[in-house]
Amino acid sequence: MPLRLVFLGRLADVAGAGEREVAAVPSIAALLAGLEPELSAALGAARIRIAVNGNVVADRAMFTLRDGDEVAFLPPVSGG
Amino acid sequence: MADVRLLTGSFDAAVEIERFLAANGEAGGVASFIGRVRPGGGVEALELSHYEPLTLPGMQALAAEVEARWQVTGLLIVHRSGVMLPGEAIVLVAAAAHHRREAIEAVDFAMDHLKGDSWFWKREKRADGWHWIEPRERDFSDLARWDEKSAN
Repeated sequence: MPLRLVFLGRLADVAGAGEREVAAVPSIAALLAGLEPELSAALGAARIRIAVNGNVVADRAMFTLRDGDEVAFLPPVSGG
Repeated sequence: MADVRLLTGSFDAAVEIERFLAANGEAGGVASFIGRVRPGGGVEALELSHYEPLTLPGMQALAAEVEARWQVTGLLIVHRSGVMLPGEAIVLVAAAAHHRREAIEAVDFAMDHLKGDSWFWKREKRADGWHWIEPRERDFSDLARWDEKSAN
């Protein structure tokens, strides 16, 4: 099963859509390496947080992705 | 006990406050805050987006934190998502307590965390199109106040 990527906030503009499916890969580093350079750089920034299946990832370098995971990229928030 | 809602359509803040007052008839103090889309300044519309798996659970966790921190007898948190026009309500927080300080601080804490630490992304529409709104330095310093208070 492919991975489902979700881009929040301004990242949707960089990605060209709010969501995208990509072939499954085992790590976040491999996932980013497979994307366009501009998008990869935007998603890989330290201030972008990542959630997998609704849980925010504490250590992205150590995280193992599984088939069918939903990976959300979360830029700094601005509510209210 | 807390009433926490994430709405995709407009709501009437006055009606919500009226209901909250009626439901909390025993409370000696009720504080509330309404945030609206600021009229003027060239903003034609505001859009808030959220992420379903995180946003409402995060708001519920915030409500639980408020209830753990202050002796509130009632708590209401309503936050909009979607496109809003100038003058429309974005957020409503109300807290009921036996004493005013508890109610006022509970609302203040909840608002700082809704603005600076909840899963919402905001953009505004001006004459030249949509612009994403980045968090301001003030949002971070407003949040940091509460860390200082708990450290004391």
